Parts: sequence; structure tokens; C-alpha cells
Amino acid sequence: MRFKLSFSSVPPLAPFLRRLAVLAALALGSTTAVLAAPFENTIAQRMQACMACHGLQGRAGPDGYYPRIAGKPAGYLYHQLMSFRDGRRHYALMTGMVDLLSDAYLMEIAQYFSSVEAPYPPPATAAQIGATPEVLRQGQRLVAQGDPTRGIPACVQCHGQSLTGVAPDIPGLLGLPRDYLNAQMGSFRTGQRRAQAPDCMATVAQRLSLADVNAVSSWLATRPLPADTHPASSVPAPLPLPCGSVSGANEVRR
Amino acid sequence: MKKLWIARLAVVAVLAGVAGLVWHLNVRDEPDVSASEPASVPTPAILARGEYLARAGDCMACHTARGGAAFAGGLALATPFGTVYTSNLTPDDATGIGTWSSADFWRALHNGRAKNGRLLYPAFPYTNYTKITREDSDALYAWLRTLAPVRQPNRPNALRWPYNTQVALAVWRALYFTPGTYTPDTARSAQWNRGAYLVQGLGHCSACHAARNALGATSDSMDLAGGLIPLQNWYAPSLQSPQEAGVADWSTADIVKLFQTGATRHGWVTGPMAEVVLRGTQYLSQQDLASVAQYLKALPGAHADAAPAARAYPPVSPMVAMAGAKLYQDRCAQCHGATGQGVPNAYPALAGNRVVTMDRPANLVQMVMYGGFAPATAGNSRPFGMPPYVLVLSDSEIAAVLTHIRMSWGNDAGPVSEFQVKRLRNTATP
Repeated sequence: MRFKLSFSSVPPLAPFLRRLAVLAALALGSTTAVLAAPFENTIAQRMQACMACHGLQGRAGPDGYYPRIAGKPAGYLYHQLMSFRDGRRHYALMTGMVDLLSDAYLMEIAQYFSSVEAPYPPPATAAQIGATPEVLRQGQRLVAQGDPTRGIPACVQCHGQSLTGVAPDIPGLLGLPRDYLNAQMGSFRTGQRRAQAPDCMATVAQRLSLADVNAVSSWLATRPLPADTHPASSVPAPLPLPCGSVSGANEVRR
Repeated sequence: MKKLWIARLAVVAVLAGVAGLVWHLNVRDEPDVSASEPASVPTPAILARGEYLARAGDCMACHTARGGAAFAGGLALATPFGTVYTSNLTPDDATGIGTWSSADFWRALHNGRAKNGRLLYPAFPYTNYTKITREDSDALYAWLRTLAPVRQPNRPNALRWPYNTQVALAVWRALYFTPGTYTPDTARSAQWNRGAYLVQGLGHCSACHAARNALGATSDSMDLAGGLIPLQNWYAPSLQSPQEAGVADWSTADIVKLFQTGATRHGWVTGPMAEVVLRGTQYLSQQDLASVAQYLKALPGAHADAAPAARAYPPVSPMVAMAGAKLYQDRCAQCHGATGQGVPNAYPALAGNRVVTMDRPANLVQMVMYGGFAPATAGNSRPFGMPPYVLVLSDSEIAAVLTHIRMSWGNDAGPVSEFQVKRLRNTATP
């Protein structure tokens, strides 16, 4: 539209110029559409700064390490933003982004991204990530049943029966690349990533072997999202472990 | 033989003389800390003043580690000489200043010497704080003692030899530190003097806004001619130069607004100054900020009356110019505008922006690489932000786009080279 308007003033005596302009407009491609977006004094406008890494609408970056943030539970996102600011999570670039922001603004940011409805990517295929049927079976078993002999709860006990998380504090586990899931479970195991104490996920991750981590992440990464991608509203039973990052998790089965 | 002995004696005598001089210079103007102090209960007004002064000095910024207890120290300060760890200022008897007297505290501020007698490193800016009055020192001390004690042992500094020795520090102090007091300039107004006291003393503005020599010393607390902050690679611009951050031609209201909110209609504070505004200046009174503004406006050389001489720049190749223009269009124009006009109260204009045109491109490189939000102050609680491009753009691309913005829309500044970006990328941390 922009180009049509401006180029309508090109004199008809120079049609080749017009063709050149059309070519230039094509070369600019999607940029043109972005440029046309008018400025709005909104939270969405303010969050444009996040898209360079987390992708359009916060759908995830291209390389697997910048996770999707769109549609994750608000309390979970809020805790992560605070953890980057306060030194429980370590990634200098992210810490630099939130370093000067207040609790109230971080909550507004979390609520904004939580409310974004954006399509999910298709899941990875077993062939793409080189997962064998045995590995996937082991992953499915751990996700659905855990391993009571080693004190490993099932993922579904906290992250919801459909694994889309539980509002407001527990994240979903689907629609994430295997590399990202591996990196997170690995850093929970080593203490590089922490949550508010008592740190339930660190406890679970430390009971997992590297083979367990690979099996769980491989199975999760190959699962499609269910029809309803939203987080559940409550956990079916009390949490198996005390979790400092989950509000109202005091009634815990011990 | 006899001559040799005389020569040896002379050398010994000279060394002893120098040592004596260094010793003497290091104990100048020290208070008697052995006298017992009468127990006194500070008034609420004194405590409120102490808290206010701690904000003015932004003590918390250094004396609190990320995620750590407030004022319990432990933050690593990287210097060209090694790492200095900040100390615990909470009133814990074993690890903080619980056993310190107000005279001990005053000696640390005024003379740069700890309670145990050790000389302090000037990463703690006592070269500025020496100008703080005893009354203000006592108020700070009284307020710090109301904090909850935190048991957190101070971490030993990790400095290289010889900088880790007290002798080296004593020599440094003999060369570069003189205890002093703020002496009001009677030819100036009370407001100007208040501003000078805050800027030169507690505000320790010259700790960043002045160049440091090879041994890390600034020339004096009145020098605000700009300096590159070691290892952080942010350039604290000159507060005297109209081409940098001189404010002689700003209204007092605009200067006060910048200190209160971190933003004006035209832009926002970035880098270490954003933290100063967030934790420090936004809490200062209108009156004190107006005093600071008056002092800064009256700094020598701050007026733009003399036009800068026309400068010659190395030529920019057409390839770099085209790449810069294309990158600007793709990555920057959406917020900063097709002609660098920005969006008022949201995205800074780049046309006519002194951060863009000043000689040193360090801050531009930092902003493009690491992005960031303006500080969320009470007056600007939902700030806008800039995305980081460190993972997206190469050194040559950053150089090209910065060259473009420095030479477009009437901006008259030199190109930025790939080498300049590379140097800043390799050593900088966000």
C-alpha cells in the first residue's frame, strides 16, 4: 500500500523506473510489511525488543536455544524473569535485558507473553533427532510413570496430564526443541539453573541419569501438541515434592 | 672504598626519606579513632538523612551482589589490576561494620583506611568521599547500623602483584590522594555550592566521567571531561563538552527530569548511568537535583557557542555505505524511523543525537550488541527497549550500520571500523 501510494507519483514517461521500484520492493520483502506497522503505545510495542532472540510473537528463536515464551503460564515466566535479574539463572544477555526492570513491570511482561496465542511448530520426528524406539519408550515411561524406585516422579504429576503445564506457575513441556530441554535439565542437574527454594526441579533432575534426560527430552520433542494447548487450571493431586516456585504448593504429599 | 660507603649511605638515606614521606602522606589528616564515643540514639531525622545520602552515593550498587542481601557486599569489581570485592556494610560484628565506631567509618570515607588499619583500594571512591562532611558521614553511619546484620565474610581481593601490596597502595596514595574537605566558593550561590558538593563528593561523578591514567587515577574530582570505564567499555561522556553530554544549553527542568526518570522526550540513559539513575538519583529531592543541574550547567567549556572545526574523515567505500543503509532499513528503521527521527517518549531520535555523533563510538557499539531497556523508574515505569544484536550482526555489519547512522540526516561524525567493533566486542560484558 505504502509503495503503491508513493510510486503513483512516478511520471508515466519513465515506466522502467516503476519496474525498478517494484523489484526493489520485492527485494525488501517482509521488511516492508514490518515497516508499515504503526507505532502504538502498548506493551506489545515495548516487547519488540524481545523478538530478536525469542522470535516473532515470542514463538522461539531459530536455533533451539531461545525458547518459546508465548502462551507459557504467567507465574512461570515471571519467576524466570526475576531469576535472570537476581542471579538464579545465568545468561548474561538476558540478565542485561531485565537488569533495570521492576517486579511490577516484569509481571506485566509475563502476563503479556502468557496471553499471546501463536501457532506451535510441528514436533520433531524420531529420525530428525536420531531417537531409537527403545529410547522413546523409556522416555514415555518416565514422563507418564516416573521411576518410584529411584524417587523420580512422573512429569505429568506436575506438568499436567496433557503436558501443557498448570497455571499459573508450572510450564508446559511440549513444543520445545530437544536441545533446549536437554540444556535445561542438564543445568538443573549441575545447579547452573535454579528456582526459588525448595528447588523441586533440581531435586528431580539430580535423580536423572544422562540417559534418562535424553530419553525424556527425545520423547517430549517428538510429541504433538493436544488440541487445547492452554495450561491446565490445577494439578490433579498434591505435588509430589515441595516447590518454592509454585504458589500454594504447601499442601504437599511428603 | 670510603666513597662507596658514602654512596650506599646516601641511597639508604634517600630511600628512608621517601618511605618516611610516603608514610607521612598516608596518615595526613587522620582522626583519632581510639577515643571512646558517647552512646547516642540517632534521631529519625538523622536516620532519614543517612538513607537519603546512601541513595545519593548509590552505595548499594557496589555493596550488593546480584541476588545477594542488600549492603552485604561481595560484588566483583573488575579493574585493570585485578578484581576487587566489595565489603559488607551491614552491622554484623564478625563480618560487617558492627564493631566500627563513627570515627572508624569517617576515617574510611575521609582517609580511605579501614578499621583494622589497612589502606583501602580506591575502587571505593574515597578520593571523592573525602569531601563529605563529618555530619553527613555520621548520618550514613547511623543509618547503616539500623540494617539487619548479615553474616557474610568479605571475599579477599584478587589483585596482581604488585597492586596487591599495601606498599604499592601507599605509594599510589602518596601520588594521587589528598584528604580534603569541600570548601564553599563564596563567589557562587548556595545552590551552586550544594550541587558542587554532591557532584564532587558523594555523587562521585568523576569516578566515571573523567579519564584515568595508567595507574587508574583520575586527575581530580572537578574534572568531568569524560572517560572510558575500564573493562566495561562504556564511555562516560564529557559533562563539559557541548559535543558530548554537556548540559549548559539544557533547561534545568530537563536535567532534573533525566535524573528523576532516566528518560527525556529525546532519549534515555544507558549503561552504568542507567543504574545510577535507577538506584540513586531518582530518589533525590527536586531541590538537590536542581542544584546539581545548576552546577553542571556552569561547568567550564560547556557552551556550544564555538562551532567545532570541520573534520576530515577517512572515505567510506560504496559497499559499506550500501550495506549500512540496507541494515538500517531492515533492523533499525522500524523504531528509529526512516530518517532517524525516532518516536518521542519511546525510541530515541538518531538524527542530531550526541550519543550517535560523539567521537567515541563505544556506547553505540554496546547498545547495538547488547540492547536493553531504559531503567524502570517511578517516573518511567514501563520503559521501551532495544533488542540485542550481538548474535545476529557481525562486526563488519555493526560497523557499517553505525557508520550509516553517524553520517546520515545531517549527522557529521566519522565512520566506525570493523576493528573498533571487534575490540569492543571481545572485552565487553553486558
